Amino acid sequence: MIRLLKRHFGPVRIGFAILASLCGLAVLWAQQSLSPGKVAGETVAEEAPILHSVTIKPGPTTPQLDTGRKDAQGAAITAACSTCHSTTAPNAARNTAQDLFQAHRGLRYAHGNLTCLSCHNAKDYDTLHLADGRKVAFPEVMTLCSQCHGTAMRDYQHGSHGGMNGYWDLTKGPRLRNNCVNCHDPHHPEFPLVRPVLPPHDRISVHAEH
Amino acid sequence: MIAFPFTQSTEPPLMNDPDPDKPGTPCSGHGACACGASAPPPSGESHGDSTRRSVLKGIGATLGVAAYAKALAPLTELTQQTSMDEFLQKHYRELTKEELATVLARLTRETKEQYGAEVTISDPKPPEGVKFGYALNLSICNGCRKCAEACHLENNHDRPSHQSYIRVFEMTKGSMDFEKGNVHYDHPVPQPDKYYMPVQCQQCELPPCVDVCPVEATWKERDGIVVVDYNWCIGCRYCEAACPYHARRFNWQKPEIAAAEINPDQSYLSNRIRPQGVMEKCTFCLHRTRNGRLPACLEACPTGARVFGDLNDPDSEIRWVLENKRVFVLKEELGLKPQFFYFFDE
Repeated sequence: MIRLLKRHFGPVRIGFAILASLCGLAVLWAQQSLSPGKVAGETVAEEAPILHSVTIKPGPTTPQLDTGRKDAQGAAITAACSTCHSTTAPNAARNTAQDLFQAHRGLRYAHGNLTCLSCHNAKDYDTLHLADGRKVAFPEVMTLCSQCHGTAMRDYQHGSHGGMNGYWDLTKGPRLRNNCVNCHDPHHPEFPLVRPVLPPHDRISVHAEH
Repeated sequence: MIAFPFTQSTEPPLMNDPDPDKPGTPCSGHGACACGASAPPPSGESHGDSTRRSVLKGIGATLGVAAYAKALAPLTELTQQTSMDEFLQKHYRELTKEELATVLARLTRETKEQYGAEVTISDPKPPEGVKFGYALNLSICNGCRKCAEACHLENNHDRPSHQSYIRVFEMTKGSMDFEKGNVHYDHPVPQPDKYYMPVQCQQCELPPCVDVCPVEATWKERDGIVVVDYNWCIGCRYCEAACPYHARRFNWQKPEIAAAEINPDQSYLSNRIRPQGVMEKCTFCLHRTRNGRLPACLEACPTGARVFGDLNDPDSEIRWVLENKRVFVLKEELGLKPQFFYFFDE
């Protein structure tokens, strides 16, 4: 019977096709309209967790003193801080820039009333120490800074202090943030005076002067 | 231009005029001349008259052609820079997807032809549910103008004029009126008795620049950014006059940029190279920010004085600043509701 219909009644076939497609559309519509909450809930749950990372630039590496000599391969011979400091007892009296000598001569130092051993670890000169004596590696220097500079650290953590690059929208890409010591020299943390760039040449600002 | 053909064509009539006084002519100046019988209108004088008329016609035609050419001259100059497609281009918001694609392709081609640079001109749309906001920490800003420089480079500004959407005012401590600030300081910064206030488009909620535009070439987008259709702008500069923050700039000249310095990442509504004679303004680098990236001025800031983000996101940095810092807006009394905030650290 159906074969007969197919063969002899083309218009009927088209009618069937239209009917079938309408049914299909109706089903699709029903699916969409009956479960909107579910669909929306699913997409939100899928998208939310994909966040790119916020990377803080690494702090300083553990310092090495350049001895000025080269090895057989031509590479500079460096010495760890502890090379000298393990054989010399710390002298707490030498705590201003003028007092420093040998490798430390000429250090520009202006950081409040802190002395060398406020941050440098007398028990292990290849590390730093917190106020409570706990050891801190050089790359983790921000922990040390934030002991005193709490408000700066709070602002930093909320993105309102410290330069950054990358994405404001972490669902789209990562962000790279400066470390404290990228901008502030730990021995002289005040931001240096800089020469401004690019004075404007436009016409309005000429009148805005004075 | 006009005088030249005029003098040329006036010479013959001056020669012709004394024709009747020529020696050979019998009726020269004698009142009772018999040859007058031939009657002035028909033959003898009719010949002279027609010459005079045709000459006058000639002058008229020459003048007409000259005036016409002069009147059309600006149009020919225009067509040197303006293609017919550009002339007939619709308003940005009336363009269909296909038309927009054609426009972007044409602009890309023109940039190649005029500046010799391969660029990509996109048209990122406002992200759903996002409202952009900006905050600036005046306690940290040291006035280095790196932001203005970054803007200059990022947004393909005219090089000779040092154009930038950001002006950094050197302010006397205690003063809050940036109209009294100095933008031309050229000494190491920061000076101890000064602070520095960068000012750019404040992306007002109620932008007066949009209100005054006679051709609706500028409007506020869904994400809060006030944009300009550079191809629709007629360059009347009303918006520049209306902006209380001096945030709008005019392209007095066709921007000059070396091909190697052109930022190839461009968009229709932001940093594509603007034509001469149109207004431009800060768009919060929408070609970057609408794709999730930070604005160029923020990335250039060496002190981290700038905070950018989505005002609709309660966890964003900008919201933390608004909720925890004592923020203020410039010229609040005007009631324009800027989306750009300033604050000092405690």
